[in-house]
Amino acid sequence: MSEKIKMQLQCPMPKFDFEVITLGHGSGGLLTHRLLKSGVFDIFKNDILDQQHDGAIFQLEGKLAFSTDSYVVSPIFFPGGNIGDLAINGTVNDLAMCGANAKYLSLSFIIEEGLAMSAFWQVLVSIKEAAENAGVQIVTGDTKVVEKGKGDKIFINTSGIGVVHPKARIHHNHIEPGDVIIVSGHIATHGIAIMSIRKGLEFETELKSDTANLNHCTQALIEQFGSNIKFMRDPTRGGIASVLNEIAELTQLGFILDQRKLPIEEQVEGACEMLGLDPLYVANEGLFLAVVKGEIAQDFLSALKEFPLCENAAIIGEVAQTPAGKVLMKSGIGGSRVVNYLTGEQLPRIC
Amino acid sequence: MKYLTEYRNPELAEQFFEEIKRITTRPWTLMEICGGQTHSLVKNGLLEMLPDFITMVHGPGCPVCVTSISVIDEAIWLAEQPNVILCSFGDMLRVPGSKKSLLEAKAEGADIRILYSPLEAVQLAAENPEKQVVFFAVGFETTAPANALSVVHAHKQGLNNYSILASHVLVPPAMEAILGDEENRIDGFLAAGHVCAIMGLEEYFPVAEKYHCPIVVTGFEPVDLLQGILMTVKQLEAGIYKVENQYTRAVQREGNKLAKDTIDEVFVTGDRIWRGIGRIPQSGYEVNEAYRNFNARVKFNITIEPAEENKECISGDIMKGLKKPFQCPNFGTKCKPEHPLGAPMVSSEGACAAYYHYAGSKMLQD
Repeated sequence: MSEKIKMQLQCPMPKFDFEVITLGHGSGGLLTHRLLKSGVFDIFKNDILDQQHDGAIFQLEGKLAFSTDSYVVSPIFFPGGNIGDLAINGTVNDLAMCGANAKYLSLSFIIEEGLAMSAFWQVLVSIKEAAENAGVQIVTGDTKVVEKGKGDKIFINTSGIGVVHPKARIHHNHIEPGDVIIVSGHIATHGIAIMSIRKGLEFETELKSDTANLNHCTQALIEQFGSNIKFMRDPTRGGIASVLNEIAELTQLGFILDQRKLPIEEQVEGACEMLGLDPLYVANEGLFLAVVKGEIAQDFLSALKEFPLCENAAIIGEVAQTPAGKVLMKSGIGGSRVVNYLTGEQLPRIC
Repeated sequence: MKYLTEYRNPELAEQFFEEIKRITTRPWTLMEICGGQTHSLVKNGLLEMLPDFITMVHGPGCPVCVTSISVIDEAIWLAEQPNVILCSFGDMLRVPGSKKSLLEAKAEGADIRILYSPLEAVQLAAENPEKQVVFFAVGFETTAPANALSVVHAHKQGLNNYSILASHVLVPPAMEAILGDEENRIDGFLAAGHVCAIMGLEEYFPVAEKYHCPIVVTGFEPVDLLQGILMTVKQLEAGIYKVENQYTRAVQREGNKLAKDTIDEVFVTGDRIWRGIGRIPQSGYEVNEAYRNFNARVKFNITIEPAEENKECISGDIMKGLKKPFQCPNFGTKCKPEHPLGAPMVSSEGACAAYYHYAGSKMLQD
């Protein structure tokens, strides 16, 4: 039985006397109280949340990292996950990329009235599961309901605080020529999995989003490789091309990719060909880019491949003095081209 | 990936490069017709690897780029009518009209949907009988059969809330317009593989004959393009001009009969204005009389003032092969994908966008 189904069985939906969420559930009155009591406080139960203050009160030792992100994915359920997993893993991973292990999260919902309680419950259960897997607690939050048409089923915001690993020295300033660019798994899978079920674009595939937490893996790698890890980033929206452009601009170094080394699933590559999308710009989840010192690149890669979901990790390029501030890709055929920022959304082409 | 990897084989490509170098004795200027070919050339870095004496210029085969500003205005006007759902291929959305783009109209509240197939628009019409669904039928001969088929389907289903805004353009008249231009410097053509998969080769024979110009129907992968270039140069070096087919895995001499019959069922050929180039006789498809109820121009009685093209955009010269994107004073400065002066900078198949996005280090230095 899959973990997901187990969790659903362990957390059966309590009996609510309503089937859909209405404006009243965000009013702060009795309906809000009922929804929060059985729907939120019970399921996320922990000492800090149980205090039911206006905010969370806690103590943390060491250097801290703080991050926030909002989740508006459509459709909210997709192969391999839903907006709930995404909201937890996303913020946990943003902290992980700072070298931090997430400890506490805030969780806010903006719900469009009419959302089925069963759908909301499914999201809550996924949040609980993702939080447990990442070892993070939800300690404060908020729920608002907006009129039909003023939202899109459900939006989630999470903010998180994490403790930075004492050996972490992650900053783009440490990147230098000779460093190596590594990606932790297949690229573009999440974006294509979501696109495959979007209205008007449905195509048959067995692809699943690879949404997952990265904190356990990155903490272990930092413990082993310390300051030899120069930079980490999870290339979500905008894909790996956007992240590399950002750091190329910041460091004024050249980032040279090798097209032949990019790990990509055949189905994803095929879908990108068919839809006219460049996988370098397609969104990822549960994936990260690392820039590491050249000397340790092979050891880092071997260590990384030991982690779940990282078996397809690969060295995809290197850092050079020139072309300053640019990302270049050597094509499979031997030529080279600049990889630029994307303008707006990638739009499907005509033919 | 099967059917792609073999056409991206570096060893094979190298052999073609060597052969092109070996047989070429003087400079030649070739034009690839299709924007997809342009992008493949630039994206794979082929332009930088070709010998200096082969100059590739980039043709008008980007449907988004050649759609006139007035047609974009028509589409925006339609999208802004009450109870209208305007469906379009994604590519068209960012192209500037005279006042705004479809993307801006969408942001202002117009109901504009991005679809992959016009048949989805027919389905949308069936599901929304209270709405008028209009499909923005853009493209070369490649997309014409599917767009025509959508009209046939809607007719069979008895839908009276479906219509298309046809803006189809045709390759052979455009080639003639380019070859007939007094400034023309094209020695040979790589014809667009997918257009020929529909239409076949026949209509290219008179063009090759009249202008003494080799035409090689070519695919889109690096090895296809290099082989197409080699075949064209071979003809030029030998002083011959005929129509040849490099893209044999997709193109047959007679084309696709079923597709051509569907086009003939719904469309009629007429003059069309090409953005940046002007009116070309008999260069487009419009919905014919028999299916006039499915023609959005008739149905909505569109009367839009013809708008002027942006004079600062030299897209006409680029698509006729007279200039390269870098030779435009506004390239990358006043004109960028985020604020384009013309369509070639925003379309995913536009030559300016190809140079802007992918141009390699050598091209950047030039």
